Amino acid sequence: MKGLTEIRWHGRGGQGAKTAALLLADVCFSIGKYVQGFPEYGPERMGAPITAYDRISDQVIRVHSNIYEPDFVVVVDETLLHSVDVTAGLNPKGAILINTAQKSEDLMPYLNGYQGRVYTIDAHKVCMETLGKYFPNTPLLAAIVKISGVMEPDTFLAEMEASLRHKFAKKPEVLDGNMQALRMALEEVH
Amino acid sequence: MSIKERMSGNEAVAYAMKQVNPDVMPAFPITPSTELPQFVANYIANGEMDTEFIPVESEHSSMSCAIGAEAAGARTMTATSSCGLAFMWEVLYVAASNRLPLCMAVVNRALSGPININAEHSDSMGARDSGWIQIYAENNQEAYDNFVQAYRISEHRDVLLPIMICQDGFITSHAVENIELIEDAAVKQFVGEYRPEHYLLNPEEKMSVGPYAISPYCMEAKRAQAQAMENAKQVILDVAKEFEAISGRKYGFYEGYCLKDAEYAIVAIGSACGTMKDAIDHLRKRGIKAGLLKVRVFRPFPGEEFAEALKDKKAIAIMDRCEGYSANGGPLGAEVTAALYRAKSHAEVINLVYGLSGRDLRVEDVEKIYENLIDMGEHGVKDDHYRYIGLRE
Repeated sequence: MKGLTEIRWHGRGGQGAKTAALLLADVCFSIGKYVQGFPEYGPERMGAPITAYDRISDQVIRVHSNIYEPDFVVVVDETLLHSVDVTAGLNPKGAILINTAQKSEDLMPYLNGYQGRVYTIDAHKVCMETLGKYFPNTPLLAAIVKISGVMEPDTFLAEMEASLRHKFAKKPEVLDGNMQALRMALEEVH
Repeated sequence: MSIKERMSGNEAVAYAMKQVNPDVMPAFPITPSTELPQFVANYIANGEMDTEFIPVESEHSSMSCAIGAEAAGARTMTATSSCGLAFMWEVLYVAASNRLPLCMAVVNRALSGPININAEHSDSMGARDSGWIQIYAENNQEAYDNFVQAYRISEHRDVLLPIMICQDGFITSHAVENIELIEDAAVKQFVGEYRPEHYLLNPEEKMSVGPYAISPYCMEAKRAQAQAMENAKQVILDVAKEFEAISGRKYGFYEGYCLKDAEYAIVAIGSACGTMKDAIDHLRKRGIKAGLLKVRVFRPFPGEEFAEALKDKKAIAIMDRCEGYSANGGPLGAEVTAALYRAKSHAEVINLVYGLSGRDLRVEDVEKIYENLIDMGEHGVKDDHYRYIGLRE
């Protein structure tokens, strides 16, 4: 389908991969896209591998199957690299984003010979320096927006600020930390 | 004016519940419908609804409570899934036979076992003969629109039957997609106030609900109930027409996609129909005359209308997201095949079971089904008339 971007998220139950996928759908909706954000659950328990998906499109989305040939993959928890084939079906013209403090070349043995671009971000570091707590969603969201090009980073920051300002109307102190985390993530991903 | 939003299927139905604002909601949580009473409880806590929410200790109790409230004269709703629906079994029949027009949002999920939380139609299909109207949705938009129309159908004096508004667990209930909502005032005006003709709390008219009926009368009560289900057909169409006037969205017993000139047709229910539409677009580009009949209304069963829409097709695959354990196919397969036989159809027909317990159906899978239909159209059905799609070998 023309103008369609498909993204697959790998995380563990409780880490917020589903929430991140829904946040991405949300922010893309706010700039007028057709969106689909949905989780795929295995056993319902904390720590079990889960997958979440995003479709972002200029046209109405009708398909209701999972995504098998994503343009982009986000790995929220690097320990999944040992047990899940995260690059399965991944478009070689796309990219994979991994949340890790390691260098991307050290992770290549786990990527099944993937030929496309490999990005990393240390979401833990970003979170600790900006939020003081570990919420990997926030930096990963900014990083995947930048990598996938689904929207301009400036547009993204403006939309997120408006949305967070509304969401945390009663806790304005939360806004600054989150905005810092998003900005830092846009710089830190490489 | 429509409101452009993005919502999951559960959020969408909860939003319709808020707009309709019924009098009473007894409910017991079960995945994947749990969010519905959660969202409603939030709306009530925030003062956006004044529905009386009754937390109960089981689904048998939630349906019993809903029956009591509806009989008393209150507009009532509840929500459930899977084993929760199964646990209501006995009282589902009580709601229907007492002609109580309550509305239940069903988020379709597999019945145990093995224990599984994902989409399947075995729960509501099992309740297909309980006397409830059943309307199904492809996506969040249809689930929302169907809920808005629900009470207009169930409370109509020619009908007075309970209604299930069904959507696929997780696939639509937990997927955030674009949606167009209708303004509060327009929804409220469309649905209207509930003014029951007969109800328990009416001091002017003493009545009893659910009494014993001796054999000389019981059969007549059941015949009258069957008539109400027949009457529902016309009411569903009339309500859909009025709904189109406020929403611009057209509904009927089914949606035909590329169906009129199709030589090869699939008949299916629910979220997989969106995937089928994408497959049909691919096949049409290759010159293959593929089409879809998406079932919206399963109870009452519009057999004549389905058969008319499927006449002259060369080959038809009827898809059940439900195993009937009849050793003869699934419920949709059995009923559509019977309707085709009565209409003296000459089509080659197979019944395919797919998507059990959330097993995914891909565009490629659907394309293979149509390729198989082309072969069937030329050479007849080679293998079993009832078989599985997407089974691991």
